Amino acid sequence: MTEALVTVDHAALTLGGQAVLEDVSLTLAPGRITTLIGPNGAGKSTLARLVLGLARPDRGRVVRRPGLTLGYMPQHLRVDESLPLTVDRFLWLAAPGRTGARRDALQRTGVAHLRRRAVRQLSGGEMQRVLLARALLRRPDLLVLDEPAQGVDVAGQDALYGLLGQVRDETGCGILLISHDLHLVMARTDEVVCLHHHVCCSGTPEAVSRDPAYQRLFGTHGMANLALYTHQHDHDHDLSGDVHGGHTHDGHHHGGHHHD
Amino acid sequence: MIELLAPALLAGLAVAVVAGPMGAFVVWRRMAFFGDTMANSALLGAALALALQVNLYLAVSAACLTVAVVLVGLQRQRQIADDTLLGIVAHITLALGVIALSLQDSVQVDLFAYLFGDLLAVGWSDVLALWAGAVLILALLVWQWRPLLSITVNEDLARVEGVAVTRTRLLLMLLLALLITGAIRTVGVLLITSLLVMPAAGGRRLARTPEQMALFASLIGLAAVTLGLTLSWYADTPVGPSIVVTAALLFGLTLLRRPAS
Repeated sequence: MTEALVTVDHAALTLGGQAVLEDVSLTLAPGRITTLIGPNGAGKSTLARLVLGLARPDRGRVVRRPGLTLGYMPQHLRVDESLPLTVDRFLWLAAPGRTGARRDALQRTGVAHLRRRAVRQLSGGEMQRVLLARALLRRPDLLVLDEPAQGVDVAGQDALYGLLGQVRDETGCGILLISHDLHLVMARTDEVVCLHHHVCCSGTPEAVSRDPAYQRLFGTHGMANLALYTHQHDHDHDLSGDVHGGHTHDGHHHGGHHHD
Repeated sequence: MIELLAPALLAGLAVAVVAGPMGAFVVWRRMAFFGDTMANSALLGAALALALQVNLYLAVSAACLTVAVVLVGLQRQRQIADDTLLGIVAHITLALGVIALSLQDSVQVDLFAYLFGDLLAVGWSDVLALWAGAVLILALLVWQWRPLLSITVNEDLARVEGVAVTRTRLLLMLLLALLITGAIRTVGVLLITSLLVMPAAGGRRLARTPEQMALFASLIGLAAVTLGLTLSWYADTPVGPSIVVTAALLFGLTLLRRPAS
């Protein structure tokens, strides 16, 4: 097997007295799309920060392949009112060089027309695409995306996940995707890791969706929606409303109970 | 007249040209109060220089930098809010500086000059030192522009992209300390923050990119120094405050224009 890009080995992290991650292991390989799912506050973003080297584990370790180039698309990015910044200049920060390369990256994510726009004036969806362009511009070995579908409409989400698949096929990079709405993501991923402070279950989307631990975490309703999605791709619109309203909040009142 | 004004003008211009881009960073990173605190600690440095008989510029930049590093260390704790902490440290250092200066009975110290500047008293050696400092700061800014801007936009992204965030942040503080050192003989430690903030705020109205904003800020600063000095000469007003008032007027003018973006 090819050398892993990043290996998280029995990592634990406590933030502000709260155990955010407990004994988490994860291996990210080139050419694979790994999706991290779990309820809000399950430690998904924190695990991504460990992978990126933005945080260190209290126990366990994180090993990155030497010379690894990372691309990161954060959940939010707010540019201060006082800082005038065009999209072009924003991309330049990640990769100085020819204007052509920046134009291509924006073209790729479908927002070439925004190159001269002020970053502050972008809508949520536009910002997400610009952030993705910035991450791609660095030709990363590993692309980490934190909730990339936020603020993007359903058709846009579908295009986004399609694009990620394309990027993976062309460049052979590894992708780590964070999501709390699993339905759109499940069908497009090689491996799913279900996280709730610890790894509840992991494997192929099919295997995970049948796992009792997953069903406890997301309810069987989630599974029904997943099945619907994988079979009827063209009914995204109705689904998404359901996904946002239905699950992420109602389904996840776990409180402190664990299920080992 | 020109013999008297030339060193003053050149010294003021040296500070203003650097205050443009540095002021932009102060505004972007919301460091105005932080800069103020550093400037107040400059007085302590001046007292130290007199007591130990060392170079004024050296002692002042050392004092500013020490306070800056201590502040950054203190900001890591979560007991006291950042602005409260700055308010405390700013006035402790100011009070200690004034006391330390008043204890120097061997030398006649013009406290007023340190606080509000005494541009007309600078000599050619000061002009030389100030321009050397200005060139050094500008060179470091140009060299490290991308990392500096990168951590200003987003520190997480910068770190992922391989920028040494802590080192870059330290560099910014070092540059600010150097600039404040230049202020102690020119516009004074109490007025330097305004020369940092107002031209940058004015530049913001006119600029579409960070580089344009830094450039416009420098130009506004240069104009403020030149016009302020002229005002002071004809109206016989104190130089430092005249420059600040001029900068404020220029900033006011930029408000008349619709912001670029």
